[in-house]
Amino acid sequence: MSEAPLLAIENLAIALPQGAERPLAVDNISLTLARNEILCIVGESGSGKSMTAHAVMGLLPQPHVRATAGRILYQGEDLLAARPDRLRALRGHKLGMIFQEPMTALHPIMRVEAQITEVIQQHAPLGSTALRDRVTELLLAVGLPDPDRLRRAWPHRLSGGQRQRVMIAMALALGPDILIADEPTTALDVTTQAQILALIRRIQAERQMGVMLITHDFGVVAEVADRVAVMQHGRIVEAGPVAQILRSPQHPYTQSLIAAVPRLLAAPKPPPADAPVVLQAEQVRKTFRQRSWIPGRGTEVAAVRDVSLALRRGETVGIVGESGSGKSTFARCVVRLLAPDSGAIRLHGTDIVPLGRAALRPHRRRIQMVFQDPYASLNPRRRVGDIIAAGPIAHGTPRAEAERRAHELLALVGLDAAAATRYPHEFSGGQRQRIGLARALAMEPDILVADEPVSALDVSVQAQVLALLAEVRARLNLSMLFITHDLRVAAQVCDRVAVMYRGEIVELRPTAELFARPEHPYVRELLAAVPGQGWLPAIQG
Amino acid sequence: MRDFLRRFARNKGALIGAAVLALVVALALLAPFLFPEDPWDIAGPPFRRPGEMGFLLGTDTLGRDVAAGIAHGARVTLLLSLVSTAVALSIGVVLGAIAGYHGGWVDDLVMRFTEFFQTIPNFILLVVLVAIFTPSITSIVVAIGIVSWPPLARIVRGEFLTLRSREFVQAAEVLGQGSARIIFGEILPNALSPVIVSASLMVATAVLLESALSFLGLGDPNLMSWGYMIGASRTVIRQAWWISCFPGIAIALTVLALNLVGEGLSDALNPRLARKRGA
Repeated sequence: MSEAPLLAIENLAIALPQGAERPLAVDNISLTLARNEILCIVGESGSGKSMTAHAVMGLLPQPHVRATAGRILYQGEDLLAARPDRLRALRGHKLGMIFQEPMTALHPIMRVEAQITEVIQQHAPLGSTALRDRVTELLLAVGLPDPDRLRRAWPHRLSGGQRQRVMIAMALALGPDILIADEPTTALDVTTQAQILALIRRIQAERQMGVMLITHDFGVVAEVADRVAVMQHGRIVEAGPVAQILRSPQHPYTQSLIAAVPRLLAAPKPPPADAPVVLQAEQVRKTFRQRSWIPGRGTEVAAVRDVSLALRRGETVGIVGESGSGKSTFARCVVRLLAPDSGAIRLHGTDIVPLGRAALRPHRRRIQMVFQDPYASLNPRRRVGDIIAAGPIAHGTPRAEAERRAHELLALVGLDAAAATRYPHEFSGGQRQRIGLARALAMEPDILVADEPVSALDVSVQAQVLALLAEVRARLNLSMLFITHDLRVAAQVCDRVAVMYRGEIVELRPTAELFARPEHPYVRELLAAVPGQGWLPAIQG
Repeated sequence: MRDFLRRFARNKGALIGAAVLALVVALALLAPFLFPEDPWDIAGPPFRRPGEMGFLLGTDTLGRDVAAGIAHGARVTLLLSLVSTAVALSIGVVLGAIAGYHGGWVDDLVMRFTEFFQTIPNFILLVVLVAIFTPSITSIVVAIGIVSWPPLARIVRGEFLTLRSREFVQAAEVLGQGSARIIFGEILPNALSPVIVSASLMVATAVLLESALSFLGLGDPNLMSWGYMIGASRTVIRQAWWISCFPGIAIALTVLALNLVGEGLSDALNPRLARKRGA
């Protein structure tokens, strides 16, 4: 690292528009990125990490958000002072970028080949044969098999991982010096994430690029980073080589972040062996049919295939799987948001599958759900108190009584009673998830179905919400069905874990046992793909 | 709310529109005091030019005061267009909500019904309806409502289709709330902005429809209206331009004002879109 850095950010400040929660998104930060290294910028949402990346690419949403001070030097040239046409020449050519959500970052109605050639033609036009060869070479370089078929494909035909590979191919098209990756694997499944991270690592080494990778996940950092910068509230609180930051973090914020990362470590819990079974799913099956006017052209997707599962009082069963494994569909069948095609779901012995809307109502009390997205799961137009009281009122509790109870529940989930008169948008993601939990608890259920309750939250908030869930569950002796894609979270929370793959449960065993000695090859693959295992204490037997 | 007013006030066109509209409303409210006589009464000699003999806007072919006609016409026009919009809203919102919330065959049924109305040209259906039910204030209001609800139903259905799958609606379902409560208590408040905007534009359309009906002589024969004034005086437009011109200006200004207000509402309710347009 003796040579001059490829990219140097000096005293950068980025102003937010008036009325934002703080005046500066990024406050006086300095960073360098050398050739042939991966710099990870880690932080929670709102820390300014993405803003920094966007500033380098000149992608700030101006004029509302703009850099007010400092310089961004690319090989000595200030990008902030560069004219738009100069910046355009650099972008794509010398600076490549990949985004979080490859589906929205790719042009939906352009074939893969056209997307890649567009980048090339913009900067260094080639003849048609040379262009074809270049695209083939790029697709092979990012590990996409069968480039001749793939180049003709539309983005929506590709899987998430394939799309992200195409994005990377586009970013690499002209051999940039710098690759900026803004949460490149956050939207991907864990096995795909592992592949994409390995790809970024390999390409970076092959091409001696400087990679700036923005992430919120310390597992990802442990997997790929050479150096790390930790951001909080727009400032860099700590920066240094990866080993130093991960092994002996100095700043209290870094320490708390690392402490909050869920360990892939099953807490041994006594299974309540003889507790009564409160929920029994038998051979539940749900198929989605896409009807077509042409007979025989409709498609069928078997989302849940003959899933059976028993939940005892006081027990937490985790359902783990990647996207499309059918875990959310199963959860929605259990709370009867969806009607299963066949099978039985017994709540305290009563099968609720054949029940109609009205007959189902009295059973609704007993099983409640906590949703994934804290921003979408609360009605933005209603006050928090009304949201919590709505359920009991619908079941005939007098309004005054329901409202009094709502206040108690707010206290139970760690919120102030004054929260009842405010609207959901005034709360943070973690607080909203607490409100969602209070709403479910207002019904005094026996069973809680939690569908990815923490996956939209930052790690530190995630830890708090998980602790709250555990506490509430223990205090009220609830049974919980916990849906998650994150094995680390499942390891912390669940007594037993069911792994779902393509609509079926492939393995269902006590957590510690499953993690220590996975039997099914898919479960083994899943466990191996969890990022940062070399760093975090390994699986406990 | 204050935020909303501030964003609305930032749009100059909307403010001008609101001011003009306020004037029209004031004129309508004050009509009985400004012109206490019946607008149908003969007030002086016919064909007086504006300003002559104290008639601000002149007199018409029979010697009725044009200014009085415009003031009283404002009452009729505003009342008719507001009530008919309310009729259209109640049909459109309910049908759209039912279609969007239930989906499936209910949706198919309601939407085919809506399309049935949409395929018949608006104005012709209106004329037919009013002609069948004999022109009266009630039949006109109902007829305008009947021809203008389909676009609203489609908007509401679209909003419901997207909101339907949102988690807070699913949460309400898991809580065991009834359909009516979910539709009107949970979803509708979140679907209101586009409805408000299109309703404000619909008032403008209703003004035009009502004027066109009266122009054709299908208005309520007991009520003075702008369209009627134009219709009655169109044969003498070369001798007495003012009789048809002033009601025409009144219609144009009111419709323009309503459109400006509608635009302003739309910007204020969708601040993100408006900001992009401004930048």
